[in-house]
Amino acid sequence: MAGKPRCLVLAGFGLNSEVELAHAFSLGGADSKIVHFSKIAAGEERLEEYHIFAIPGGWSYADEISSGKVLANKLKSSFRQQFENFVASGKPVVGICNGFQVLVKLGALPNIGKNFEQECTLMRNQSGKFEDRWVYLKPQRSVCKYFEGIEFLHCPVRHGEGRLIAKDRQKLEELEKMGLVVAKYADATLKETDEYPANPNGSQNSIAGICNPSGNVVGLMPHPECSVRKFHFPRWTAGISFEKNSLQFFSNIVNAAKEYA
Amino acid sequence: MACRIEVGVKPELEDPVGEALLRRVKEELKIAECKKIRVVSVYAIDEDLQTSELELLGKELFADPVTELFSINAPLFGAQDFDFAAFVCFKPKVKDNTGDTSKEAIEDLLGKKIAGVHSGKQYLFCGSLSRRQVEEIAKRILANELIQRFEVKSSQEYGKEGFGTVIPKVEQTGGGRVETINLDVPDKKLAEISRQRLLSLNLEEMKKIKAYFRDPRIAAERKCVGLGPNPTDAEIECIAQTWSEHCKHKIFNAKIKVEHGRKKTVDSLFKTYIKGATEKLRKKKRWLVSVFSDNAGIIEFVPGWNIAMKVETHNTPSALDPFGGALTGILGVNRDVLAAGLGAKPIFNTDVFCFAPPSYEGEIPPKLFHPRQVMEGVRAGVANGGNASGIPTVNGAICFDERYLGKPLVYCGTCGIMPQEIGGKKTHQKAIMAGDKIFMVGGRVGKDGIHGATFSSVELHEESPVSAVQLGDPYTQKKMVDFLLQARDRMLYRCIQDNGAGGLSSSVGEMAQMCGGARLHLDRAPLKYAGLDPWEILLSESQERMTVAVPPEKAQEFVQLAYQMGVEVSELGEFTNSGFFHVLYGAKTVAYIGIDFLHNGVPQMKLSAKLKKKKLSEPPEKLFQKQDYSQDLLCLLSRPNICSKEEIIRQYDHEVQGSSVIKPLCGANADGPSDGAVVAPLLERKEGLVVANGICPRYSDIDCYQMAANAVDEAVRNYVAVGGMLEHLALLDNFCWADPIYSQQNPEGKHRLAQLVEACRGLYDACMTYGLPLISGKDSMKNDYRFGKWKISVPPTLLISAIGKIEDITLAQTSDFKSAGDSIYLLGETKNELGGSEYYAMKGFVGANVPKVDFKKNLALYRKLQKAIRKGLISSCHDCSEGGMAVALAECCMGGEVGAEIELAQAREMRPYQLLFSESAGRFIVSVKPSKEGRFKAIMKGAKMLKIGKVIGEKALRIKFGKEKLIDVGIEKMKEHWKRGLK
Repeated sequence: MAGKPRCLVLAGFGLNSEVELAHAFSLGGADSKIVHFSKIAAGEERLEEYHIFAIPGGWSYADEISSGKVLANKLKSSFRQQFENFVASGKPVVGICNGFQVLVKLGALPNIGKNFEQECTLMRNQSGKFEDRWVYLKPQRSVCKYFEGIEFLHCPVRHGEGRLIAKDRQKLEELEKMGLVVAKYADATLKETDEYPANPNGSQNSIAGICNPSGNVVGLMPHPECSVRKFHFPRWTAGISFEKNSLQFFSNIVNAAKEYA
Repeated sequence: MACRIEVGVKPELEDPVGEALLRRVKEELKIAECKKIRVVSVYAIDEDLQTSELELLGKELFADPVTELFSINAPLFGAQDFDFAAFVCFKPKVKDNTGDTSKEAIEDLLGKKIAGVHSGKQYLFCGSLSRRQVEEIAKRILANELIQRFEVKSSQEYGKEGFGTVIPKVEQTGGGRVETINLDVPDKKLAEISRQRLLSLNLEEMKKIKAYFRDPRIAAERKCVGLGPNPTDAEIECIAQTWSEHCKHKIFNAKIKVEHGRKKTVDSLFKTYIKGATEKLRKKKRWLVSVFSDNAGIIEFVPGWNIAMKVETHNTPSALDPFGGALTGILGVNRDVLAAGLGAKPIFNTDVFCFAPPSYEGEIPPKLFHPRQVMEGVRAGVANGGNASGIPTVNGAICFDERYLGKPLVYCGTCGIMPQEIGGKKTHQKAIMAGDKIFMVGGRVGKDGIHGATFSSVELHEESPVSAVQLGDPYTQKKMVDFLLQARDRMLYRCIQDNGAGGLSSSVGEMAQMCGGARLHLDRAPLKYAGLDPWEILLSESQERMTVAVPPEKAQEFVQLAYQMGVEVSELGEFTNSGFFHVLYGAKTVAYIGIDFLHNGVPQMKLSAKLKKKKLSEPPEKLFQKQDYSQDLLCLLSRPNICSKEEIIRQYDHEVQGSSVIKPLCGANADGPSDGAVVAPLLERKEGLVVANGICPRYSDIDCYQMAANAVDEAVRNYVAVGGMLEHLALLDNFCWADPIYSQQNPEGKHRLAQLVEACRGLYDACMTYGLPLISGKDSMKNDYRFGKWKISVPPTLLISAIGKIEDITLAQTSDFKSAGDSIYLLGETKNELGGSEYYAMKGFVGANVPKVDFKKNLALYRKLQKAIRKGLISSCHDCSEGGMAVALAECCMGGEVGAEIELAQAREMRPYQLLFSESAGRFIVSVKPSKEGRFKAIMKGAKMLKIGKVIGEKALRIKFGKEKLIDVGIEKMKEHWKRGLK
């Protein structure tokens, strides 16, 4: 029996949610390690030694120019081949918030054309504001297995640029048709909605997260790693919390990675 | 030749930044003619790049391929698409974060170095606007002319060229000049030197400096290093900075003759009342680790882990540049914690602001901003600083009073966590050995913020220098924090100090005390641009810099790690035991000052305090007696001091790091106010940190002793309400006062100093009775504004921050009522104490009966309540503060989205309005499940407590007084008023 899948959580250059993301993956059954970007760039760490590659939230390069863009470029110039090999291997790649923005700007999500060209974007929230608020996510029927058995997720969004816009109508339709939409914003009754603030940023079709056609690369604007303990939930003092759902998300990913461990 | 790239949202898509601006233009400036605004980002590149390279940059870096378009060396949009255009960019030498990041990204993409990038924004306006209106929009919303310049063009003037390529750069040459200052002059001239150079030194201090340089022994020593009998500019500036009020707290350490009441002399307020309290309590508080001796107070959290906490103010810079001032403030206090012991990792921020009301309609004094702009700028600055650094902002408050128009108060706090030992060494201890290398870490040195330390020690006036403002850069700082924490864990340095106020002069100067000297080579410091004189390099307050002492054998590893993590470090010399702070520029000595004189030479100030008796009276009761107080309650709920702050709180990331347990917002719809915050920074453990604050400046109008006592009580109440342990609680004090030094220009000085003495007494008594040590503090003593006819001074304001722990986070509590049927109790005694209350203020009165804190009774109650919370016997807990019991009940209902039925018993000599709105200290609203009431009452036995009603499912708050109905309002209606208070 192979050991625990090893999860590399990226850090550095303004990323800042690596500790809690690594913790969530550990709770999900992985052996998590926080690795500074420069160690991979310098060849001291290699992606292929790991079974999950996770890019956490944060403000890489202070979100200057556009969120995730500069770090995406830096990744391309530092270890593009390693990254593309990792994606091709089928191992899980997960981007949360700023990590999702990086994956989108790398062209790794949704990557329908399989050429790592940017096909959608995460633009400034319709409100024009950064906001921290809790949302409900309704997992969709998708090619991504990481949401199996999860009725809904309840977790915070904390971003200023999270509004998903596809390049054109056709790409948006493809996202839906090909099963690349992994989760949508919903109201408290779990009905999908476009209404602010349940849909906090004005995303097209209320999309909160997407995956690639192979289903192994996934990105989410909300932060499931901040809803893995009872005490994370805003109403836990009234006895309301759904940490099991978020934990299921992480253990699903870890289980998917076991195949490679 | 320089070139530029312009980027904007595709015309067929909505531009959210433009839309948000349009809303502000309509709401704040009431310019209805403006129909549409689009924003174009401009990147002016100071390098001769080829078109193919620019195409690549536009495509791969600057423009989003899905939503944006770009143009090269030409306007993005044709002039036919808009009516007016405004261009805004930074003035030369101002920190340009977007430009700096762009430079790094371009170099990465092109694989070559470039000279620089200057960012700017174009705003394109549609609508029948006049040039004047566009200029007003630019001045009021788009640009701060202190640090930015703007230009307005009509579409005709814009033409085919637009604004062209603007490089806001001034060619700098020269630098390296050293002046000597002749102190062999009469007293009058000495005072003039201090004034002209913005030294903020008084005559006695100038004379002390003169005497030092005249000492033949000193002169002989100086001769050996090539210096004459007069100080250099670097020397006098270094001494002025070290001796500044900001750094030395001369007022808090002064000898004060108290001329009122029982006359006496107080030899240092700090030693007598602040440190005095902590020293006496110290033996009983084994968890105190390091107090008053470091950049932040350090206490134990759990075995193996310490926390460091510090609260700072950044008032003057925030008055001049609300965004930049507040941003720099929050980043600065982050560095204080990073420089506590060997360095703590920031885990949360707090923010407390004092502003003039946003609805202010009067005249705005010169150089100042409208309170709404100040509030928006400060909010954005603190939010940006915390959000971009990955530090949650978990607790805060906002106070409104017109007297904050001249200077807003911006308190920023940070708490950090550190292991107690690394490699067998205690992390709270610092040491430096002679021979250790001086390393500067982080950003480069420019003319930013020169004179910040001395400048904040005077009132805001006409000649307030532009250079005293700096702009923070959270990205550079985040990289630096990541690097330093790794270097700490590898034990690569022995000591660390922040380069805040006073720059290298302050950091190296202070560190030199620990080993007895330093040799600092200013020419080795990397500069942002040429043209700086040595004294400017020494004093510059360019941000995001730390100084560390690195043992010589670790220097190489230190430099390598920094390089790998993208952090600039430079070796600037070494620490010595020569007894002198020796500063060189090339081979030339520019300063040579005895360490002992520099740090201990400042003469003790002698001041007088005399309290002016004010005639205060209570307004007649009959003014307030009526049948129904529903309307009064609704009005109170919409007052800025009471209303919902959700809009602001939501724009702070308050839960990054995954540690939040009690968030600033609570309740069914997460819009109820939390009393304090609970944070569990060690993700696997059950212990949490509890943080809360207390601030009540309005009581100063009646009695500063009670103002301080109430601030402590409020902080403690908030702390206890969420479940904090009284046995493990420490306080931080931050005083913001108007100038308390008497002079002809400042006739109020003696009274203000007397108010300060009173506040310190109140603080001391509260700390001693409650058994709460003060672990860190700060004072800001010149919060006045003077300009022509204008003279505005802040009311005496004391912020108390409470930091402590909860042994089990599962026992933490929130303020919202949980379920219908729960019983509601009022804990504590309500007295006729409406003096300084929100209710009186709403009716236009101050009153006389300020709440008097009964420390002993309150402490007994808090201990019982703490026990009840620990046993899990209560369902909600909320403290009563501004607006009294009625507002507290309304908040519990609004948070829980449930109602309450309250019946107040007839109380002797108390009128209904007094029961509802009095702000007596030491009170809580608690709800309890009927099944737990028996045990609850048993624990609370002996405490003043009344069962006043129950939680009901119907969404309304009903309060009866005997048979009379005093209040009957629906929850929705209350929320409507409560949420529009800042609109």
